[in-house]
Amino acid sequence: MYEPRDEDAVASVIRDAANASKSLSIQGGASRRGLGHDVAGAPVSLTGLSGITLYEPGALTLVVRAGTPLKEIKAALAEEGQMLPFEPPCWAAILGNGAHAESTIGGVVATNASGPRRIHSGACRDSLIGVRFVDGAGRILKNGGRVMKNVTGYDLVKLMCGTHGTLGVLTEVSFKLLPKPESQATVSLTGLDNQQAVAAMSAALGSPYNVSGAAHVPSASDGQSRTCLRLEGLAQSVSYRAAELMRQLDPFGSPQLDTDVDAVSREWQSMGAADALATESGRDIWRISVKPTDGPRVAAALEGATVFFDWGGGLVWAAVDAGTDVRSRLAGIDGHATLFKADTDNRQRLGVFHPEDPAIARYSQRLKQEFDPSNILNRGRMG
Amino acid sequence: MEMPVPSGQIIARKSAILDRFLKVLPAEAVISEPAETRVYECDALSAYRCPPMAAVLPSSTEEVAAILRICHEEGVPVVPRGSGTSLAGGALPTADAVILGVSKLADVLETDYDNRYIRVQTGRTNLSVTGAVEQDDFFYAPDPSSQLACAIAGNIAMNSGGAHCLKYGVTTNNLLGVTMVTMAGEIIELGGAHLDAPGYDWLGVICGSEGQLGVVTEATLRILRKPEGARPVLIGYDSNETAGACVADIIRAGVLPVAIEFMDRPCIEACEAFAHAGYPQVEALLIVEVEGSEAEIQEQLSRIIEIANKHQPAELRESSSEEESALIWKGRKSAFGAMGQISDYICLDGTIPVSALPETLRRIGELSNQYGLKVANVFHAGDGNMHPLILFDANKPGDLEICEALGAEILKLCVEVGGCLSGEHGVGVEKRDLMTAQYTDDDLDIQMQVKDVLDPQWLLNPAKVFPLASSASRREATTRDTAARSDSASAAA
Ligand SMILES: Cc1cc2nc3c(=O)[nH]c(=O)nc-3n(C[C@H](O)[C@H](O)[C@H](O)COP(=O)(O)OP(=O)(O)OC[C@H]3O[C@@H](n4cnc5c(N)ncnc54)[C@H](O)[C@@H]3O)c2cc1C
Repeated sequence: MYEPRDEDAVASVIRDAANASKSLSIQGGASRRGLGHDVAGAPVSLTGLSGITLYEPGALTLVVRAGTPLKEIKAALAEEGQMLPFEPPCWAAILGNGAHAESTIGGVVATNASGPRRIHSGACRDSLIGVRFVDGAGRILKNGGRVMKNVTGYDLVKLMCGTHGTLGVLTEVSFKLLPKPESQATVSLTGLDNQQAVAAMSAALGSPYNVSGAAHVPSASDGQSRTCLRLEGLAQSVSYRAAELMRQLDPFGSPQLDTDVDAVSREWQSMGAADALATESGRDIWRISVKPTDGPRVAAALEGATVFFDWGGGLVWAAVDAGTDVRSRLAGIDGHATLFKADTDNRQRLGVFHPEDPAIARYSQRLKQEFDPSNILNRGRMG
Repeated sequence: MEMPVPSGQIIARKSAILDRFLKVLPAEAVISEPAETRVYECDALSAYRCPPMAAVLPSSTEEVAAILRICHEEGVPVVPRGSGTSLAGGALPTADAVILGVSKLADVLETDYDNRYIRVQTGRTNLSVTGAVEQDDFFYAPDPSSQLACAIAGNIAMNSGGAHCLKYGVTTNNLLGVTMVTMAGEIIELGGAHLDAPGYDWLGVICGSEGQLGVVTEATLRILRKPEGARPVLIGYDSNETAGACVADIIRAGVLPVAIEFMDRPCIEACEAFAHAGYPQVEALLIVEVEGSEAEIQEQLSRIIEIANKHQPAELRESSSEEESALIWKGRKSAFGAMGQISDYICLDGTIPVSALPETLRRIGELSNQYGLKVANVFHAGDGNMHPLILFDANKPGDLEICEALGAEILKLCVEVGGCLSGEHGVGVEKRDLMTAQYTDDDLDIQMQVKDVLDPQWLLNPAKVFPLASSASRREATTRDTAARSDSASAAA
């Protein structure tokens, strides 16, 4: 296992590997192990590149080394009453990597992992404002920077986000931040079917009340369905909006209000982690992105699946019998389906990532050749 | 400013190339008379002009593809154009280039309130996107000051921002999908009404690529429900330092206004003389705007005013009516026009870390004295995006050159304090040769390698973004190919 301690050391590991045409398997905290295809190659751990480089609360910006544990970042931001806007979800449990596995920020960026607030404040890629990385030829590169607005040259920051370590090894990442909301509340409805739930969520998200989370659990712990809408912000504002939203949602049942900050934040953390499917051991887990009103169609097409909706219905998490070809059942519905968790054989057979349109796949392949000419970085991770 | 020498071989084949255009486009969509191509000789960076060989105005994605296939085969450079409001020379042609304008592609294709998106053709202007949904209380958030004129096509190419992007983000954060035609004439779809990419985030790279990677013909944009109300407060301080500290404190306090605008004394005076907005005579003026219901506005404003008062403002004026709000904004919104009344000017667009605000303003003042040209500052303070306006006299020989040299120094200063050369206007030709101040050769090379993938012949808007010297070998390889092709063509004939 290579354990470089700084960026130069990362570059030299990569140069040596490129010269020897030896492939490398890049890892952070290994909390997302099993996401993507298995990679053969000498492991390189980034946990040696750790620590906050620059934190400016007055500018809402953070620069941090890629191997820094997410926990450490959250704690530092919390001290200043700030947070990462995209609410990085914890997927260690659902991926079966044990609750103790600690995400690094590099792993979060490499997977573009975004939680329920994605619909309101954007994905990880939207908060990311700068990257430093080493490409497959061992060149140390940067793009973007530490300021929120930057259109100087091509935006490779967005490109690097979600590439699962296949285009370069991230060494440092910068984010714009948000103030942590002083108050949070969940307005919930019970007993709605999927169609009604998405209609209620669409109404809420189309209201002026700044809904920052919209999820639907068809079968919550009491066996009834639960549709949740989150409001965040200054205290008076949250209570005003909650009252208005409840009035608006009255036609869908009797909305309930929960204002216990701890309970509310635990519940939304659990939504991000897709805990609703955590007990589905032995089944495959899919993460499907469609336009929100297509969410119920997805569920209907996957009869027998246990599903859960986030992002107003646009993100469908589904647990299905191992080996089910979900994509063929969803033919005709625009969007994409990722085989989030399955054994190696099924991942191999079905493909983890949604096949790209042939033209785009060709460009993606050429791009990989430009960034990683010897094809040594996480070879085959994305298929 | 230097542009590549136009290819004589291409210009010599002009009539044959036009004949081919006329096979795929109606005659009125092909413009080649010198009197008419003049319209396309520049964008809003009007100091630089050059009429193109021809301009074409296709009416569909298929027509765009047909034109691009011809230009690709003929080795003709293509410069995409929206409304031509770029301040960076992004749409500036060369004499051997074809301007491909998307202004005839202006339809709304689909509006979906349940899923909160609108699909439009990209020649549609920014403001008329909101115009198509505002009767239902929705809006498209990115609001560049040029929104009456600029097209979504240019907004995507430049990743444009606006006054309200502190809360709503810039174009890339509000763009869900595009239909794009590559230089080879291939039509591809990226993204759509759903979120996030299945593989590499091509959409993220296309947005902000300044018309160098493909011609975008359709876009799926996120639309939002209008807030219940909005209100600004005007705060004046006796020094830039204090105003800067107040901005940082507001941000730190956990209230996130939708906009924080900053004007310094020269700018305040010019705006006041022009718009009579009743601005106080102070060193620095902040306009802070918040949104929401009446109660929410009150809650946010009271916190902001409390913070502002700690810094002993020389003036603090809370708007108490629609009219007062409009007046507060009127001065700011007329800033560029006001400056234009006083003098010729160029508008810069660097970003700095908010913490470096006082230092940067002080050093801009020093540079201004050193070069003997006045600089007025107006900018989006919440995100550090500065618009220093350098005043000069276009009729005075040599003044433009001094102005540009001062501009370059100010932009390098932005990079030095931790910021960047362009916050929202893009690089174009204007900042092309300064790119080495921010990026190493390798940093530039990896960007050019992305263009190699989508446009290996470097025909699409080739002389932009990268220093000419850095892109020379790639561009010249094409010129050699073209020369070889036309040699063999004439040999065959
Ligand atoms: C008074 C004034 C105020 C401004 N205020 C702001 C502001 O607040 N914020 C801001 O961000 N900008 C501002 N701008 C700059 C400018 O309006 C923006 O850059 C705008 O997005 C340009 O749009 P356009 O349609 O005019 O593009 P054009 O000027 O026509 O082109 C701009 C670039 O886009 C490329 N392009 C055009 N069409 C396509 C296409 N179909 N496919 C691919 N590439 C294409 C061109 O090649 C060029 O590189 C301002 C400009 C002016 C004159």
